Amino acid sequence: MQIGWADHCGFGTSSSLRYAGLVQTDARTPVIEFRDVSYRIGSTQVLIDLGLQVARGEILVLLGRSGSGKTTTLKLINRLVSPTSGTILVNGSPNDQGDVIRLRRGIGYVIQEAGLFPHYTVAKNIGLVPKLEKWEKNRISARTKELLQVVGLSPELADRYPHQLSGGQRQRVGVARALAADPEILLMDEPFAALDPLTRDELQREFLQLQQRLHKTVVFVTHDLREALRLGSRIALMEAGKLVTLLTPKEFLQSEDPWAAAYVRAFGGGLDSAADRGAS
Amino acid sequence: MSFLRFLIQNHTQVLQLTLEHLWLVGISTILAMLIGIPLGIVIAHRTTWNKPVLATANIIQTIPALALFGFLLPVPWLGARSDRLAILALTLYALLPIIRNTYAGIHGVDAAVIEAGRGMGMTESQLLYQVELPLAASVILSGVRIAAVISVGLATIAAAIGAGGLGEFIFRGLAMVDDRVILAGAIPAAILALLADFTVGWAERRLRPR
Repeated sequence: MQIGWADHCGFGTSSSLRYAGLVQTDARTPVIEFRDVSYRIGSTQVLIDLGLQVARGEILVLLGRSGSGKTTTLKLINRLVSPTSGTILVNGSPNDQGDVIRLRRGIGYVIQEAGLFPHYTVAKNIGLVPKLEKWEKNRISARTKELLQVVGLSPELADRYPHQLSGGQRQRVGVARALAADPEILLMDEPFAALDPLTRDELQREFLQLQQRLHKTVVFVTHDLREALRLGSRIALMEAGKLVTLLTPKEFLQSEDPWAAAYVRAFGGGLDSAADRGAS
Repeated sequence: MSFLRFLIQNHTQVLQLTLEHLWLVGISTILAMLIGIPLGIVIAHRTTWNKPVLATANIIQTIPALALFGFLLPVPWLGARSDRLAILALTLYALLPIIRNTYAGIHGVDAAVIEAGRGMGMTESQLLYQVELPLAASVILSGVRIAAVISVGLATIAAAIGAGGLGEFIFRGLAMVDDRVILAGAIPAAILALLADFTVGWAERRLRPR
């Protein structure tokens, strides 16, 4: 992990670093930890006593159907949602202590349909967080070029607007934007859900390759078991606001947990190969 | 042709009244923007306030212009000068379209875009100035455009309380039963309305997000 840190330092003043620098961290400290977290809206219990740890460099997939609380769990990490009770630790310190803006700028955030700014060019979208962080112009444009390459987009697209791109290209820009200030943590909320199967397959494959180089700590929300098996280091299955089970992809396929088994049945055959690729 | 001759003979007065008219409309529209846009932003963010604010603006809109001028006449500082009074009344009328469009424009910005911005660590003011206002700008301006065009028409009534403007010709022409004098007020006013529509419309198209 020391090598990883040196890499981070090479990129300069990432805000996640400053945030993390306040506390002692080593490889064993979970990057993200939920302690007895509950969240309620009125009388509706959205999350109940959630306990969860995300290790450095892993892809933790939150799997569940709509309304299971997986997106809420994700948003609790960057404080888009505040828990009714319980604590969320990011790099060992409670995320509600300290500046929420600092916290968020140190966490990459990718959502479905990318959420790109329609009035910004691709380059401006990617350079958003560096600009907020007041990087120099040259540094931003160098970083933007670098990221276009990282996510496999031609540099000619830099001056296009989001509506001039295909869905797959937009999602790539979304990933590039999230990586711009080199955050340690990446939150992804069904980023590939709206894509056609071929493009989705392509982006999943490339995302895995990217992750092998960057070793980000990723929390990935999906309702697609195939995607979960393929991308996840571990899969957290959620149902009705509760964490049902937390398993590796291989364990998940063999699990006798009724919810996990129901999921596997619903997706039918051919899942083993997905898990194999994900684990490799 | 006798109308044209009248226009040429009285061109200095036509010009002067047109400028007065423009001044009444310009100042009141700017004031209404200064009040209405911030108000629209506030009610777009605090939706509990939107009903009372829009209802108030709606009620103001239903008061007949002549009655509003009459109501305001006895008010101490305002009643002292009729142009002050006219500007206040025109400002009140211009508020509704501006508030309503600002509210609609900001409310209509894609929630996913706002959330992405917030999630990446934009402050609320950065979100407002860099995302919400640029994306709502064309809708807000179309409200300004409606307000300006309505104001050009309403400002003719301001002449009834002696605030000047092209309405003077219209009222004078009515009293004299002289079509030429009425037209000397009405036609420049119509041209002003078209001009306001065109210029603000042009700005609106320039600012429309792609």
